Amino acid sequence: MEKDRIEPWHSFDEVPQIQIEGISKRYGNFPALRKLNLEIYKGEFFSLLGSSGCGKTTLLRILGGFETPSQGRILIDGIDITKLPPYKRPINMMFQSYALFPHMTVEENVAFGLKQESLTKKEIINRADHYLELVDMIDLRKRKPDQLSGGQRQRIALARCLAKQPRVLLLDEPMAALDKRLREKTQFHLVNIQEKVGITFIMVTHDQEEAMTMSTRLGIMRGGQILQVGTPKEIYEYPNSQYVATFIGNANVLDGVVIETHQNHSVIRNDENDCMVYVSPASNAAVDALVHVSVRPEKILISKEPFDVEYNTLTGVVDEIAYWGDVSMYHIQLASKQIIQVMVPNLLRGADRPITWNDKVYLHWKPQNGVLLVS
Amino acid sequence: MNKNPARLIRLKAWLSALKPNEKYVLILPYIWCVLFLLIPFLILLKISLSDYIFGTPPFSPIFEWIDQRHLRIQLFFSNYTFFFKDYLYMRVYIESILMALFSTCVATIISYPFAYAIHKSQPAIKTVLILLIILPFYTSFLLRVYAWVGLLSAQGGINALLLWVGIIDEPLKLLYTKFAVVIGIVYCYLPFMILPLYVSLDRMDRECLEAAYDLGCHPIKAFFTITVPLTKNGLFAGFILMFIPAIGEFVIPEILGGANTLMIGRIVWNEFFNNRDWPFAASIAILMFFFVVIPLKYLQKSTAKKEEVDE
Repeated sequence: MEKDRIEPWHSFDEVPQIQIEGISKRYGNFPALRKLNLEIYKGEFFSLLGSSGCGKTTLLRILGGFETPSQGRILIDGIDITKLPPYKRPINMMFQSYALFPHMTVEENVAFGLKQESLTKKEIINRADHYLELVDMIDLRKRKPDQLSGGQRQRIALARCLAKQPRVLLLDEPMAALDKRLREKTQFHLVNIQEKVGITFIMVTHDQEEAMTMSTRLGIMRGGQILQVGTPKEIYEYPNSQYVATFIGNANVLDGVVIETHQNHSVIRNDENDCMVYVSPASNAAVDALVHVSVRPEKILISKEPFDVEYNTLTGVVDEIAYWGDVSMYHIQLASKQIIQVMVPNLLRGADRPITWNDKVYLHWKPQNGVLLVS
Repeated sequence: MNKNPARLIRLKAWLSALKPNEKYVLILPYIWCVLFLLIPFLILLKISLSDYIFGTPPFSPIFEWIDQRHLRIQLFFSNYTFFFKDYLYMRVYIESILMALFSTCVATIISYPFAYAIHKSQPAIKTVLILLIILPFYTSFLLRVYAWVGLLSAQGGINALLLWVGIIDEPLKLLYTKFAVVIGIVYCYLPFMILPLYVSLDRMDRECLEAAYDLGCHPIKAFFTITVPLTKNGLFAGFILMFIPAIGEFVIPEILGGANTLMIGRIVWNEFFNNRDWPFAASIAILMFFFVVIPLKYLQKSTAKKEEVDE
């Protein structure tokens, strides 16, 4: 789903559409958000990703106007909206439960928001029809929400929000109530619609796969703060902390001490496994600093023969093989008892595995495939 | 225990044979309804169709054996025709219904904020608030109504307060008016309105209301377009629980209403105890059943059916 998009966050001229400045929120003694800053540009599909309790839903509800921040302010197109009630904000929210009005038909649900504006009856009908067509639900306009399936309800909720033509659309776990197959279909559907209407989408999710496939950028949250903001690729390939590296996808983390820094690579000594780790490009971490090196399972080569290198190589025994169909995940146990995950594509059908349980194997990865993490 | 295995097995078989028929549980409420609702109602119907006589009991028998050969059935419809002939009774009827309706509406308006406040409060406070709503039931109904006499009388608390503030120069006549009766009914029946409303508010999806705000709806408008329709079950339950007993209310108009406020309950009382005209009193009660209870039950059924279709 990756396309050539304009990347406004790299441009100096572009002004962010949404500016979240030092937002804090406390519930009693519990800080749900801590001095959070974030800038989101017009037309982005931005995902807030984190495990439960990280504050992502609180942030979304503050944007929607359902919670008031204890501190900080929010600007949309340069205008402070922190104190505006939800019914005066140019923002709409799609709720996790979809929150369709059970006593109204599909059509009335979509028209509800329009009736709050000073529009003529004809305009309301036209606009409601337009958005019902957009989500392909025009045929079911006379139904009540409880006569619809989960996927249909989700589309009605989307149409109801879009019909308001907001500047920003907030989505709270939009796919949580759908089954896996429908979820994948809906992901594409949502992205297509977002591109069509050009509205900024901000989505909250705990599903990292969903966030990766759909978003232009994502923000990883933990403990009421944003750890890293970046494109899916940046987050996956260049995580800035151990948490982000392990939260997004699988990662093997080796602890070590920086012993040398060269022009184009740093050398880290991993005492546990008696291994020299080369990481390129060179890090600015000081010599003797304690660091972590993260390596993705698919970037590690596995072989029964030793590699002809002195660095980035480990020896272990195959402990576990998880067959996933397209790939298999090997769990290699090192002498230090640390488990290293290695992903191997299943290239041939029905072929015997060249490497199997209890085999002694050698691992190797290129210096540019390791990421040096300070925290 | 294993002394008599055959008997034990038989007992088990008997118990398991009983188990699938859980419907038998329903027999109990049915017996209750027949004993304490249907039979008394039929007795009442019978009395209403008999003639008033001077004696004990003060009504003529409907079935009579003549010469131990013929069964004579005498039905007197004069009670019913009298009811419709005399304009007074119909007027009292309509007045009672209007009085009950008005009180119920006032109670509804008061109950929504109450129910909403309970619904919004912290769980610990919630229990206390619900307890406070129910607490008046621990004191005598009669006493609570009588307490209002003290408050509403010319020398009572409300007049004293108004005089002291200076809004009025001489005491208002509050007691023995329709206003006093409405106050009494609202005060006594308020919990029956608050509790069902609170339950339906608690069941309502909070996100629906937030979605309405989100879509640009002002909270006041959202209350009428979202909250009220979504709590209509509670509203209807509260309405039934309050409106029907309020129509037939006797104690409140007797104590607070004075001579001018005639309500159907008082008419029944007068006919029954003062005039000893049991048949006429019975026919008034029966008519109330057909005028009020049956139409309301029908209304409830039709909304219940609609609900089923909706689901």
